[in-house]
Amino acid sequence: MPDPGDGVSLEEQIDQWRGYLRRRQAIHPVDVAELEDHLREQVAVLADAGLATDEAFLVAVKRMGDLDALSREFAREHSDRLWKQLVVVPSHDSGDKRARARTDAIVAFCLAGAAAAVIKVPALFGIQLDGNDGFYARNLSLFVLPLLTGYFVWKRRVGTGTLRWLALAFVAAGVFANVYPFGGNLGGNTEALTALHLPIALWLVVGIGYAGGRWSQVGGRMDFIRFSGELFIYYVLIALGGGVLTAFMAMIFQSIGIDVEPFFESWLLPCGAIGAVVVASWLVEAKQSVIENMAPVLTRLFAPLFAAVLVTFLGTMLWTGSGVGIERNVLIAFDLLLVVVLGLLLYSVSARDPRSPPGAFDVVQVVLVVSALLADAVALWAIAARITEFGFSPNRVAALGENVILLVNLAWSAVLYIRFLRGRGSFTSLERWQTDYLPVYAVWAAIVVIVFPPVFGYT
Amino acid sequence: MEINKDLMAASSTPIVLAILAEEDSYGYAILQRVRELSGGRMEWTDGMLYPVLHRLERLGHVEARWEVAESGRRRKYYRITSRGRAQLAEERRQWQAVDATLRGIWQALSPSAPAGHPASAAQPPQGA
Repeated sequence: MPDPGDGVSLEEQIDQWRGYLRRRQAIHPVDVAELEDHLREQVAVLADAGLATDEAFLVAVKRMGDLDALSREFAREHSDRLWKQLVVVPSHDSGDKRARARTDAIVAFCLAGAAAAVIKVPALFGIQLDGNDGFYARNLSLFVLPLLTGYFVWKRRVGTGTLRWLALAFVAAGVFANVYPFGGNLGGNTEALTALHLPIALWLVVGIGYAGGRWSQVGGRMDFIRFSGELFIYYVLIALGGGVLTAFMAMIFQSIGIDVEPFFESWLLPCGAIGAVVVASWLVEAKQSVIENMAPVLTRLFAPLFAAVLVTFLGTMLWTGSGVGIERNVLIAFDLLLVVVLGLLLYSVSARDPRSPPGAFDVVQVVLVVSALLADAVALWAIAARITEFGFSPNRVAALGENVILLVNLAWSAVLYIRFLRGRGSFTSLERWQTDYLPVYAVWAAIVVIVFPPVFGYT
Repeated sequence: MEINKDLMAASSTPIVLAILAEEDSYGYAILQRVRELSGGRMEWTDGMLYPVLHRLERLGHVEARWEVAESGRRRKYYRITSRGRAQLAEERRQWQAVDATLRGIWQALSPSAPAGHPASAAQPPQGA
């Protein structure tokens, strides 16, 4: 119905309104269609009541509510969409936003610089990188994770109550990493286990800082999972870039007869590797919208391939009737397999719209998880039969514990996933299970760090 | 009379579920029904209903489907699931407990107050 007043038809007005909505990334086209249907019905009812079309349109738009508030509400409900945006929802004007982004970058780079400096502090007290492998390996996470947590504490304005707990966790970690009488050269198993498990335990502390008060919510923990995946990918990319840079540096300096290797080994590599953690975290925070999240894309690519490999493996094993060969590292290999499968599951869960119905990819996921469980069960069976013969070394107990933790997680995930496929449960319960399980990894890692060394006599 | 935001937010779930328990419906019609039931006392901002519906959908309390309405437009209809009905029953128990408590205290406070006291009249019939 054309409006004789100013020549703008209702259709054009609705087009414009739709355009405004489309620019809000938290509101998807399908939601815009739903809201548009609402708007049109409201306009029709008001027009029937005697209002002119343009008046009816204005009233209907007003009733729909403030668009900023509305898209904030949508973003809150669909935090998976929100994750893909640069900024949560611009509730301030853009100038303010830009200023905030700049402060954010400055703080991040200062912290990265601080981390790079901190790693060199022990050298001042005579603890050189050379010959103190054990000290550096045990404390590696303590050089950077407190600063990274500090960044999130600053950014999310974490309350002093939580802050005290976070600080306490780092202090405790520092104590346990250094009071035990290890050999100091990574000779003992328990020392290597501490070096390996401390970062895992502390990563939970980072997560609590990252979630900034939303840790108790599934959404908050899920965002942390997304963050961890993206951080890993950004870090690998930065490391590749750093490798190219150093290769060129070594080459061109060699041409003028200068050997950069000492500088590289004692400065560029440790400082760069540590600082890059903070820089990568800042990048993940700032660049969420630039590309589709990478971890879920890689998951889509590799989940079917891993599923195919595992199914073939099981088939071959059945066909040839050969058991799993028991070697020293077979348990660790299967642990890593479960970690990869869990990662594939986790990152497809984190990117999936929980409201969409089961599809072919979900079946692939279930096949992947179930075949991994079967393969692991075969391996566990073989190991359990001969565990007494091998004896309980710290490495073996740690690997066995991890295997059980991952097995429990994946087994229950498979149950929940199959229920979802059969329409007996919602996808949300799988999300909830995965996010609720996060502390378990950290607790086990903490046990390995705190309990293992004294139990196994620091060997 | 204005009902405060927290109360609106808390009551939105049982109200929407109860309306869908009557029959399948869509956004605009749900809002009309809320107005009707509350005698215009509960005025939701129209758009805010949709995030509520999407949350219920994510939790599996309602299901959605797109249909072509008589107007020729595509329209999203919502239907309550068995899980939604269980949730509604649970919400109903909780709200009845709150309601009973409030009723008790209103009576104790002012036995002579008129029956049409706004606080007690503000509770719309639920799950009818």
